[in-house]
Amino acid sequence: MSNGKKLELRLAGSGGQGLVLGGIILAEAAILYDNKNAVNTQSYGPEARGGASKSEVIISEDEIDFPKCEEIDILLSLNQKSLDKYITDLKKGGILILDRDLCPNPPEGNEYETFRIPFTNLARTELGKVYVANIVALGAIAGLTDCVSRAALEKAVAARVPAGTEELNVKALAIGYREAAVARVDHPVDTDALS
Amino acid sequence: MSGPKFKSGLRLMSGNEAVAEAALYAGCRFFAGYPITPSTEIAEVLSKRLPQVGGFFLQMEDEIASMAATLGASLAGAKSMTATSGPGFSLKQENIGYGCIAEIPCVVVNVQRGGPSTGIPTGPMQGDIMQARWGTHGDHPVIVLYPDGVEDAFWETIRAFNLAERYRTPVILLTDEVIGHMRERMFLPKPGTVSIYNRRKPRRIPEKYYPYQGGTQDVPTMAPYGEGYRFHVTGLFHDRTGFPTNEPAEIDAEMRRLLRKISRAYNDIVKWEELFMDDAEEVIVAFGCTARSARAAVKRLRARDRKVGLFRLKTVWPFPERALIKIAKRAHVKKMLVPEMNNGQVLFEVERVAGRYCDVEGLQRLDSEMITPRQIIRALREN
Amino acid sequence: MAFDYDQYLRVDRLPHIWCPGCGHGIIFKALLRSIHGLEIDKNDLMLVSGIGCASRLPGYADFNTLHTTHGRALPFATGIKVMKANLHVIVTSGDGDAVAIGGNHFIHTCRRNIDMTLIVFNNSIYGMNGGQVSPTTPYGSFASTAPWGNLSVHFDFMKLAQGAGATFVARATTYHVKLLEKVITQAIAHKGFSVVEVLEDCPTAYGRRNKMRGPVQMMKFWKDNCVMIDALDKLPLEEAKEKIPIGIFCQTTRQEFTDEQHQVAQRAMGEE
Repeated sequence: MSNGKKLELRLAGSGGQGLVLGGIILAEAAILYDNKNAVNTQSYGPEARGGASKSEVIISEDEIDFPKCEEIDILLSLNQKSLDKYITDLKKGGILILDRDLCPNPPEGNEYETFRIPFTNLARTELGKVYVANIVALGAIAGLTDCVSRAALEKAVAARVPAGTEELNVKALAIGYREAAVARVDHPVDTDALS
Repeated sequence: MSGPKFKSGLRLMSGNEAVAEAALYAGCRFFAGYPITPSTEIAEVLSKRLPQVGGFFLQMEDEIASMAATLGASLAGAKSMTATSGPGFSLKQENIGYGCIAEIPCVVVNVQRGGPSTGIPTGPMQGDIMQARWGTHGDHPVIVLYPDGVEDAFWETIRAFNLAERYRTPVILLTDEVIGHMRERMFLPKPGTVSIYNRRKPRRIPEKYYPYQGGTQDVPTMAPYGEGYRFHVTGLFHDRTGFPTNEPAEIDAEMRRLLRKISRAYNDIVKWEELFMDDAEEVIVAFGCTARSARAAVKRLRARDRKVGLFRLKTVWPFPERALIKIAKRAHVKKMLVPEMNNGQVLFEVERVAGRYCDVEGLQRLDSEMITPRQIIRALREN
Repeated sequence: MAFDYDQYLRVDRLPHIWCPGCGHGIIFKALLRSIHGLEIDKNDLMLVSGIGCASRLPGYADFNTLHTTHGRALPFATGIKVMKANLHVIVTSGDGDAVAIGGNHFIHTCRRNIDMTLIVFNNSIYGMNGGQVSPTTPYGSFASTAPWGNLSVHFDFMKLAQGAGATFVARATTYHVKLLEKVITQAIAHKGFSVVEVLEDCPTAYGRRNKMRGPVQMMKFWKDNCVMIDALDKLPLEEAKEKIPIGIFCQTTRQEFTDEQHQVAQRAMGEE
C-alpha cells in the first residue's frame, strides 16, 4: 500500500533539554513548509526536569497510521541514560547522533552510523546559551539526513521559539548545519537509503 | 463567528488543541474545568481562547463543581463543555446523571489514561468504555464518540456539540492520552463553513411552555433561564411540567421517553468507518488510538493479499450493533478481532452482537503502551 | 394590608412537604417580602438549591428555579450567573448541603466573591433524611447517627464565610423575623457574594432527640440566647461567651467575579 518514503526519528534526553519543542519544530517544518505528512508524539514521566524523555517524529509522503516509531531510522540522544534506554529500537544501519560530552560511552562496533557532536558545548562556547543545544542538534540532524529542508527548518524554528530569540536560534541552527557538513566529509551518509 | 479570532488553514496541532479549537467552532462559549493530566491542555487553550470570542473560562475548585457549572451555563443558554481524565471522570458521574435526567446539552471530554484510581497519568489506556456507558447510577441514555486522530478529534467534537444540542443530552467525547497529546496535520476550516446545530427554543408563549414535553422526536424544546420562561428543573423524576412526581405511570413515561429519544435516533448518532470491508474475511474492530494500529496492520496485510478489513467505531455508544450484525452475517466474514487497551470491554459487546455469526477474538494490552500493528498481525496469524 | 404571598407562589404546587413547626416557612416568607421590597421582576430572579428540605423551596416559588444535586447548588448557580449576569441569583441550602457535602464549593464561592446570595437554613440536622448529625449539630447533641452524642464541634458559618472571603455575612433566626427580612434584603442588594445564616428549628428531627419537642420551646431558645453582635461587647465577658451573636458580621466590597469575567472577555475580544 505504502510506497512513499517514511522516516522515523526519535529525540531522546532529559526533561528540560528542549526535545519536545525539537519534535514539534521538525514536524511543523515537514507539514507546513515541506508539504509532507508528519506525526509527533512524546512520552514522559512525572518529572518536568531530568529523567529520560523522548519525542518521536515520523515524516512521510503518505498517511501515517501508527503514530509511534517501530523501526527507528534516526536516534538523537543528548544524555547517556537515554542512549542506554533507547538504543535498542534503532534499526541496524540507522543513524545515531550523540552529544559527544554527555554520551561518553557510545555503542561499540559499527552497527550504526554514529556521529558524535558536542551540541551542548557548542551552544555554550559559541552562543553563550546552553539552552539552544536542542536547536544546534536539529541543524545537525537535518544537515546529516535531509529529513526536512533547510528553508523549512529555518522557518519552523523562527515560528516556534520565543519572540526575540529568533536570531540566536537561527545561529544555533547554522552551527548544527556546519558541524553536519564537517562530519559528512569524514563520513558520507546515503540519505536515499534511509527509507 | 468573526474572522480574525479563527485562523483557518494548515496547522500542526495536538488532539487536545483540536478539541479546544473545535469547541469554539461549534459555538461553545463556556468551559469549567479542573486541571488533570492528560487533558489539561484543553483547559489551558480555552482559558486563553474563550474570552477572545466573548466566552468564559472557569477553573473550578474540583471536578464535581466543573460539571455542575457546565450544566448551569447550559441552562442559561450557552453551549458548554468540560474536560477531564479518569479520576475526574469518576467524580463527574453524579452530575452527568443530572444532565441526563434534566436533559441538559453539554460536552464532557474524557482523555483516557491508565486506571483504576491514579493509575498512570501520563500513559494511555482505554479502560473507560464501560464507565462512559454506565458510570452514573440508574438507567440513562448516553452518546459517546471516540475519534482516532487530531483531525477526527476536531470534527467529532463539533459532532458532539451538535448531537448534544439536537438531543438535549450530555455527550461524552472519549479520547486517550495518545490522541490527546499526539500532534499531526490539521486543516482548520473557514469559520462559517461548519455545519452547526443549535437547540430548539420553544415557540409557545411562556404560559403554555412545558419544558419536558417530548414532542414528535421525544426531545423537548429548551428555553434558557432568564428570558421570561419561569420553569422548574429538578433531578427528581418529573412530569412534562418539570415538577417532581412520584406517580409510577409518570416515572415510567419519563424513563421510556429518555431512553427512546436516543435509541430512535440510532441512524443519526451511530457512525463508523470501514476500510477494505467489502471482501474481508477477518475484521478488526477497533477504536481510538488502537484503530491507528489496526489501520496500519490492515494495510500491511492487504499488501500481502490477506483479506483483512477494519471496522472503526466512531460512535461507541449507542453501540453500532446493527452494522456489526450485518457484517458478521456475511458469508465471507470468518472472524472479528477486537484489539483494545483494556481487559476486553468492547470485546464483550462484539461477542454479544456478532458472537453467534462468526468467531470473535480479543487482543488486550494493559501496560499503558499502544498495541502495535505487529501485535495485531501476530494475533491474526496465530488464530 | 396583609402581604400577598400568592403572587410569588406556585400555588398549584402546594401543600409543601415541610413538617409542622419547621422554620423554613418563616424564612421563605421573609425572602418573598425582601424580593418584593426590592421590586425585582420575577423573570429576573433565579432560585437554585441542592438537596434537602430547604432545597425543595424553589419548586414552590414562581421564579426561574433549579433544584440540583446534593451540595452542588453553588457551582450550578455560578455557571448560570456567569452566563446571565443580569439575573439575581439566590441559593437556598441546608446546613449539611452547604458545608458538609458542599463545603468545598461554599468556601470557593466565598473566595470568588460572585454576585449571588446564599441563604443557609441551619436547623443543625439532616431533616429530610431523618435526623442524622450535621456539621452544625452542637457538640454533645443527639442525632440518629450520634446516639452517644455528637463528638465534633460545629462549624461557625460566620467565621467560615468571612475567612473564605465572602463580602456580606449575616446571621438571623426564625424568631427575629424583622432582622431576618432586613439582612436578606441587604444581602440580595449587596454586590458580591453574600451569606445569610438563619438559625431555625427542626422539631421533628432535632428537637425531639434533644429535649426541645415543641417549636415554641425552640423559638424561646433563640429569644433567650441570641444577642445583636454590636450589643455583645456591652455584656459582661462571661455572659457574652454564652450568647449567640446575630446581625451583620461583615459588609465590605471588593472586585466581583462576574464583572471581572466580562471585563476579561471585553479586553480579549479587543485584542488582535
